[in-house]
Amino acid sequence: MQSTTLILLLGFFSIGAFYLGRGHSLSLVGGPGKGMALHSLPGYYGYFVAIWVVLPALTLLLGWVLIEPKIVTALVVSGLPDSYQSLSAGELNLLVNNIRNLASGDVVSIAIDENLRGAADSFNDYLAKSRQLLAVLVIGLAALGGAFAWRKIHPDLRARNKVEGVVRWALIGASSIAVFTTIGIVLSVLFEALMFFQKVPATEFLFGTTWSPQTAIRADQVGSSGSFGAVPLFAGTMLITGIAMFVSVPVGLMTAIYLAEYSTSRIRGIAKPLLEILAGIPTVVYGFFAALTVAPWVRKAGESAGFEVASESALAAGLVMGIMIIPLVSSLTDDAINAVPASMRDGALGLGSTRSETMTKVIIPAALPGIVGGILLAVSRAIGETMIVVMAAGLAANLTANPFEAVTTVTVQIVTLLVGDQEFDSAKTLAAFALGLMLFVVTLILNVIGLHVVRKYREQYE
Amino acid sequence: MVAIEQDRKVTQLKTAAMTETTDTPTEHHVDLAVPGYHGQEVELGRETVGNVRCDNAFMVAENVNVYYGDNHAIRDVTLEIGKKQVVALIGPSGCGKSTFLRCLNRMNDTIETARVTGNILLDGTDIYSKQQDPVALRARVGIVFQKPNPFPKSIYDNVAYGPRIHGLAGDRSELDGIVHSSLERAGLLKEVKDRLEEPGTSLSGGQQQRLCIARTIAVNPEVILMDEPCSALDPIATARIEDLMDELCEDYAIVIVTHSMQQAARVSRRVAYFHLGYLVEVDDTDKVFTNPQHKLTEDYITGRIG
Ligand SMILES: Nc1ncnc2c1ncn2[C@@H]1O[C@H](COP(=O)(O)OP(=O)(O)OP(=O)(O)O)[C@@H](O)[C@H]1O
Ligand SMILES: [Mg+2]
Repeated sequence: MQSTTLILLLGFFSIGAFYLGRGHSLSLVGGPGKGMALHSLPGYYGYFVAIWVVLPALTLLLGWVLIEPKIVTALVVSGLPDSYQSLSAGELNLLVNNIRNLASGDVVSIAIDENLRGAADSFNDYLAKSRQLLAVLVIGLAALGGAFAWRKIHPDLRARNKVEGVVRWALIGASSIAVFTTIGIVLSVLFEALMFFQKVPATEFLFGTTWSPQTAIRADQVGSSGSFGAVPLFAGTMLITGIAMFVSVPVGLMTAIYLAEYSTSRIRGIAKPLLEILAGIPTVVYGFFAALTVAPWVRKAGESAGFEVASESALAAGLVMGIMIIPLVSSLTDDAINAVPASMRDGALGLGSTRSETMTKVIIPAALPGIVGGILLAVSRAIGETMIVVMAAGLAANLTANPFEAVTTVTVQIVTLLVGDQEFDSAKTLAAFALGLMLFVVTLILNVIGLHVVRKYREQYE
Repeated sequence: MVAIEQDRKVTQLKTAAMTETTDTPTEHHVDLAVPGYHGQEVELGRETVGNVRCDNAFMVAENVNVYYGDNHAIRDVTLEIGKKQVVALIGPSGCGKSTFLRCLNRMNDTIETARVTGNILLDGTDIYSKQQDPVALRARVGIVFQKPNPFPKSIYDNVAYGPRIHGLAGDRSELDGIVHSSLERAGLLKEVKDRLEEPGTSLSGGQQQRLCIARTIAVNPEVILMDEPCSALDPIATARIEDLMDELCEDYAIVIVTHSMQQAARVSRRVAYFHLGYLVEVDDTDKVFTNPQHKLTEDYITGRIG
């Protein structure tokens, strides 16, 4: 029997168990309407039985599916003639793979002989037996669990507490997924970055001013050894982020101030969803808007003003990125402004302040920590942005502060380092992880500062 | 002509009263009846009982109506507020005391749905006329709210806020003077004079409320409105603020909303009793408390509430 079928079956069992458990609990106290005599609501007894039916059986099923291949393989290998037993681990591995492929009818890379076919047959045999055994065990365990829970049902059974305990663990499990994933990502990036720093000194990476990661792609090629000074990348990132913030902070702030204090509720009702749409546009769309519309426009405008403008310029990418971040800045600012108690506003107005005095002298200062926190979050968003820069700012790692030149950023270089084929332990590939680590550290610091500022501000009014 | 006018008003009131009297079938035919306490019907006079007029009136509200959208919150209220006197507004929750108070300095302008009709005169000029700037009005008619709401600034800056925006002080020493005298008059100076740079929010609730009062009188208004200024305070802090009101009414007209009969009796010269948006009775404080003319007022002040 397939494991999916088993899982479905368990699902049906649990539904049945729920109704049986609920009915049983009620019948113990003398039928519906007498539920008050139970410790918990009747439904909790139903859930209690259902959990006992599903949980042990499901655990067995998952464990079995995980270890089954190992056991079956070991059985098959031990059944092979003696001549195979002396093979090296690598060869044995290959052989086992072939047996498996043969068993499932896939392409096999070595000549098929009697022994191999026999092994494949026994493989299938063992697998089928294992599945039968599994089905019997799972159904048996489900029945056993159900019976056990059924016997335990008693008006005094604290069914609700037990069910809630299980729910609590399920919630803890779900929330720890994100935590463990984060830890996993950090560790993997960290280890790869450490490998990079064994090949290239950290000082060169952090302070070198030339970025040219072209190393030999494969060991048998001749090529330059590359140079991994990340300063131009960080400079480019900062330039583009700076331009983006230069656009998004004033516009976002003013938008938020208008929406929070000056607009009528009708305009607010229209403008807020529109801003959210702006926030929902995929960045790749912003990217080609930047590359096809804004970049040529910037170039033309710059040239008519007498500047030398590259066709891919930091300015174009920064402008579009700024537009992309406006909704983020404005919605975070709007939150901060709305978090200022209405009594502040009333107090200021009641003293005879005009609306703009109220805004600039009372509301903004009160909301300032929240606004600063929001802007920091926006900065970290800008630093991490890739698509727009790839499409509009180019790949040239120029160390420049001139917004009309092409620059490149950390994220863009990570992308270009990892596309194409290359060895996974070459300095070029590993450099991507080092860059990633730097990026991670910088955005983490910004986020921590941002969140800290926001939190500190919240405490002030609660 | 006048009779017709009167008639129309009566029918208006009747319909209004009947829509609110949900538990009373229409066959009762009680003119202008509203549900009283204990479910019995009490006639609500179309004229306010007592005396809405006073000597040397400084603020005059004539036939004021306030609507929040369709909700008719203040119904045809006429009331005079004299110079150098404290007028207390009392009445059950939701009867429109705060609404009426906020009309007096146009704080209702900040509520989108609110609409005010009728006339309110301050020293003879209509505060709802087109020429009147609500900002300038609020400098003349200050307001203190129920919950202390100091700005998240220093104590000094809280008090200096009003003088600064209105340009009342020529230089720093003049501003210092205003801040000190305002704190002094609010009875707070002794407690805070060594910590003027600390945030206003670091004070206790009672101190914060006195800070808000100091902030209001620093602008040197002519009328001070107070909406339950002591409801968040303990009896000692309350007593201080009541003393303060006694002093302040030497210079200002004060309108105070309160839920405490004792407080109204202690601080006010006149009392106005509101019910369901109507101004039921106004008179000198001792008259209202010793000999209320209206059944509803009597029920309310004797504490026979549902
Ligand atoms: N901002 C508002 N928007 C809509 N309706 C309001 C608003 N403020 C008050 N109201 C309505 O106006 C009526 C009077 O309210 P008001 O706040 O003036 O009562 P109150 O006498 O001050 O009551 P309390 O003693 O509880 O403070 C109530 O029916 C209330 O629902
Ligand atoms: Mg009120």
